[in-house]
Order: sequence, then structure tokens, then C-alpha cells
Amino acid sequence: MGRYILKRVGLMLLTLWIIITLTFLLMHSIPGDPLANMARKLPEQIQQNYYQRYGLDKPVVVQYGIFMKNLITKGDLGESLVYPGRSVTETISKNSKVSGRLGIQALAMGVTIGITLGIIAALNRNRWPDFLVMFIAILGVSIPLFIIAALLQYFFTAKLELLPTTGWGKFKHTILPSIAMCFGSIATYARYMRSNVLEIVNQDYILTAKAKGVSEFNIIRKHIFRNAILPALTILGPQIAGIFTGAFVIERIFGIPGLGFYYINSINDRDYTMIIGTTVFFASLFIISQLVVDILYGVVDPRIRVSKNSR
Amino acid sequence: MSSILEVKDLKVSFKTYAGEVKAVRGVSFDLKKGETLAIVGESGCGKTVTAKAILRLLKEPPAIIKEGSQIIFNGENVLKMNKKRLQHFRGGDISMIFQDPMTSLNPTMTIGNQIAESLIIHKKIKKKQAINEAIRLLEIVNIPNAKERIKSYPHQLSGGMRQRVMIAIALSCSPKILIADEPTTALDVTIQAQIIELLNELKREFNTSVVIVTHDLGVVANFADRVQVMYAGHVIETGNKYEIFYESKHPYTWALLNSVPRLDIECKAELHPLKGTPPDLILPLEGCPFASRCEYAMEICLEKKPEETSITDSHRVSCWLQDPRAPKVERPINLGGTTNE
Repeated sequence: MGRYILKRVGLMLLTLWIIITLTFLLMHSIPGDPLANMARKLPEQIQQNYYQRYGLDKPVVVQYGIFMKNLITKGDLGESLVYPGRSVTETISKNSKVSGRLGIQALAMGVTIGITLGIIAALNRNRWPDFLVMFIAILGVSIPLFIIAALLQYFFTAKLELLPTTGWGKFKHTILPSIAMCFGSIATYARYMRSNVLEIVNQDYILTAKAKGVSEFNIIRKHIFRNAILPALTILGPQIAGIFTGAFVIERIFGIPGLGFYYINSINDRDYTMIIGTTVFFASLFIISQLVVDILYGVVDPRIRVSKNSR
Repeated sequence: MSSILEVKDLKVSFKTYAGEVKAVRGVSFDLKKGETLAIVGESGCGKTVTAKAILRLLKEPPAIIKEGSQIIFNGENVLKMNKKRLQHFRGGDISMIFQDPMTSLNPTMTIGNQIAESLIIHKKIKKKQAINEAIRLLEIVNIPNAKERIKSYPHQLSGGMRQRVMIAIALSCSPKILIADEPTTALDVTIQAQIIELLNELKREFNTSVVIVTHDLGVVANFADRVQVMYAGHVIETGNKYEIFYESKHPYTWALLNSVPRLDIECKAELHPLKGTPPDLILPLEGCPFASRCEYAMEICLEKKPEETSITDSHRVSCWLQDPRAPKVERPINLGGTTNE
């Protein structure tokens, strides 16, 4: 197992390196640079000083070399080009907490509610709970995030005046954005679990369990749940990615000072260091979540547990 | 000997889009203490449905057990049991082994836990005790290295071993009746023999009554006391093992016996398959269900269902050939190693 994880971490670093390199090259291949707008009006000499200060006067390859050296040796992503004096690493560590909290909350909610609804739907197949859940699921996959967000704001703040529209700080601020963010996950998980459970219910071993005299509740808990959750684990990776990309929109709508805000702005501003920094952050998050999913897979399903001898 | 299980006029249908499939059409039989009853017949004749109906394992709906059917276990009607009683009945009083050991065990649970589960439910013992008991059971079903094996998952065991585990689960709470639904069909021949041998030993040891559903007449010969031949949801002939093998009266039983490949005749000899297919169970059946495939069918066979005729105390058959007015037909069977070879 240890060896397997080590190998996976190696591959993860390789992937990350490719992502960094590609982002670096792509962003430099776009005409213009972060200083162009501001420096245009300044005298020649000052312009040059600026470019020197940020190392943008050197060839791209050299810049790449310097960036990689700093990243690897010091873990330093550099300084923001647009907000002078603000280090990218600091910005990420400060704002990712906000995004992270929201994301984890939304993911946990989405997965638990989705799984529960899916099981309820499957066990009541073709009766009203099933139709209701599938109705919610279809809404969830077909209505865009920002419309759900706006609707939630309308009902819970404008009409019912229960929760704040925007802002950040207290738990009540996280409720609406989490719901809006996890709506898609609920829908996907409910549909996925429903079909899994329907398949598992007809397996022979469920009949064996029944013949043993296991109660209905325990059949669901011990025999159906674990086997049905397996395929659902596979989509956990993409779901995590989905939640974080959803965050870019949601943070805007609810005025949340998360990392998504910086990610979008950095691209508009051509803030090179910030682009790379946030990309590295989101990419590693995604890659790590994939590894976690793979390890979880082995925990849940003994058949694909990595054996001690194999690599 | 008293009967431990009585099935009276069991009728089971399935609602499908094409119509109502009448899978079991009035089956009656009884099972005595310590006795082994084999239910034989070709695929789709209602054997498995009968077996599952006894444990109420059929999904209702689509399955419907018709009004008037009775399944009586020790004087108690299984069809009238409440949920709680039924849970105790299954696994505690009666248990079942299924056809395919490859899919009958939960792939994400260790076999130890799967055996212990039923012990915990029915014997109300602690998990640790249950695991120890599970080890003992694995030893009883001849799984070597039981202490280690208890932690295995089903995919780490072979088909034969898995069926042994199924047997261990089934016998864990010393049930009074064991229902084995084609327990050897999915196994290869050498393993089949071992499993039958094991079942034979255990049924004596535990003094369990057994209902074995099979289409393998070899299994019947080795294992059963009494045989019940089913066709299209009806029991068409029933008798003890010798009566069925040597004195059977129904043309369908003859055809079944004739279709068994023989080891003792030259290999170029033709096999005798049973021609045609069983009737469509959605359509109403008039007359004898076997009439359309029967070599000896008479006019009456197509019009009216034959009544059951008793040949001896244990041997009963439903066939018009038993009518005094019917022509006498010689039993056209050569069983290996018997009289007229």
C-alpha cells in the first residue's frame, strides 16, 4: 500500500509539473503582459525598471527557470504583479480557507443528501417518493447554478427574511451558498445511487441475506449500502472538481472572499504569478482528491484492494 | 414419522406485461422429519419458484401467491406469518442454499462476518462468540485453515469453497429444513460430487430435512429419499427413489430418465434428448400439460387434465395411461446396470 501511494504521489507531481509548464507557456504566449496597461504612459526608463523589477525583461525560458527554482526550493510562488507587496502564497493560504470550508460543506451536504435521496427513491421505485426525488434530480442537473443561487436568495432573504443574501463570517452566511453549490451533486448522486441500488437489490446475495433472516433495515445498511456506494465513489473526483469550479460563480453571487474571486480576476489582469499560483492550488486539490478517491475505493471494495506484494 | 412441512395446493403467478404467468399451478407435497425430497424437472417448470415460495423469498409483487395456497411448517402457516416471525423463520427454522455460489455471497463482507451474521440474529450471541462458532462451522464443511479463511472475502475463494461457505451459513443455526436450489449446477463435476457428499454427511449429522431442487438425476440417485417430478407448474409424478427410477409411470419421467447420457454403452450411441419445449405458462392449459410432447398422447390427454392415481402408498402419478381403458404401454427405459441390459 505504501509503495502504491508513493508511486501515485510521484505521478501526481509529474502531472502537476505538466500543468504548471503548460499554464506558464500559454499565459506567456498571449500578447501583452500584466504591466503593459500601466506602463504604457510612463517614460521609457521607468518602464524598463518595472520590467526588470519583476524579471519580465528576460526571455520566457529564463523566467520559467527562475519560477521553477523558487517554487521547488522555497515553495515560493512569487509576488502578485497587480497588487504590489502581496505574496501569492499568502493570498492563497488566506482565501483558500474560505473556499475550502464552503466547498467541503457543500460536498458533504451534496453527497449525504444525494445518497440518501437515491436510496429512498430506489426502495420506493415507481411510487411518489421516487418521482419526487427524480423530479428534484432533473431540476438539479438542468437548472444552472446561478439561477438556483438567485432563487434561493429571493426566497430565503427577500421573502422569508431568514438568511442574509451576501457576506461572510458566520455560519448563517454559508448556508445558502452551500445549498446552491451542492444542488448539482445532490442531483447527480441521487440518480446514480438510485440506479446502483436498483441493481444491487436484485443481486443473489441480497436473497441470501433475506434467507438468513436479516431485517430489512440491516439488509440496506450492511448489504446494499456498501455495494451500491462503490460505483458512486468513482464520480466523487469529478464532483469535487465541479464544486470548486462552481465556487467561482457562487463566490461572486454571494460576495464571498474566497479564492475563486482571485482566480478570475488574475486572468483578467494577466497577473502571471497569481494565475500560476491559483492554478497550481486548484490542480493539486483535484489531483489529491483523485488519490483519496482511489484509496477509498480500496477501503470499501476488498476486490480491488492493492495487495501487499503487487506494486 | 410426522410431516415437518406441508405444502397444499400452492399456486404462484407472476404479473408481467405480457400477462399473468402461472408458474406454479397447484403443487402439494409434504416433507417428513429427516427426509430428503428431490424436486426434478427441466428449466422453467416451477421448481425454484416452489422452493423460494416456501421461504417467502419471492418478490410480491410481481409474484402473487394465490388465495387458498397453504405452506404449513410445524402446524404454522408460513403465508400468514408476520414480518418478525418470518425473519426468525428464515435462517432459524429453515434455510436455503442457492444455485450460484459465485454471486450468492456479499463481495464486500468477509465470509466470517457473513456466517456470524445469521448466528448473531438467531442465537442472540455476541460477535466474538459468533466468529468462533463460524470457525467451527468452516471446519465442519471441510474448509482447511479455517482460522485464516474466516477473514477472506468471497473473491478469494473458489466456487466449491464458496458453496461450502453457503452451506455453513445455511446450517449455522441448525435449521429443521434445508432447501437447496440446484446447489451443484454451477460447479464442475468433481466438485459437485464433493458437495453432495458433504450435504449427505451433514444432513445425517444435523438430522435436517432437505428439499433439493435439481435437474441432475445423478444427484437425485445419490442423495434423495423421495422424488417429485414437476412439469409446467404441476407435480406429475411422485414416489420414492426406487419407484421413480425403476417403476415410473409417467411418459415425462421416462423421457427425463432416457435423456441421461450413459457411460456403459458404446460412445457412438445417440443421446435421447427430450424434443420440443415446455408450454407457454401465460396461456391457459387444457388437458395434460405434457400432451403436446408426449409420444403416447391420446385424445383425452388434450381435452382433460388427468387425475392423480395412487400406485402405492408413496407413488402417485397424473397420467391418462393409468386409466383402465388406456392401452398398456411398456416402460421404454434402460437404466445402466439394471435388469434388461
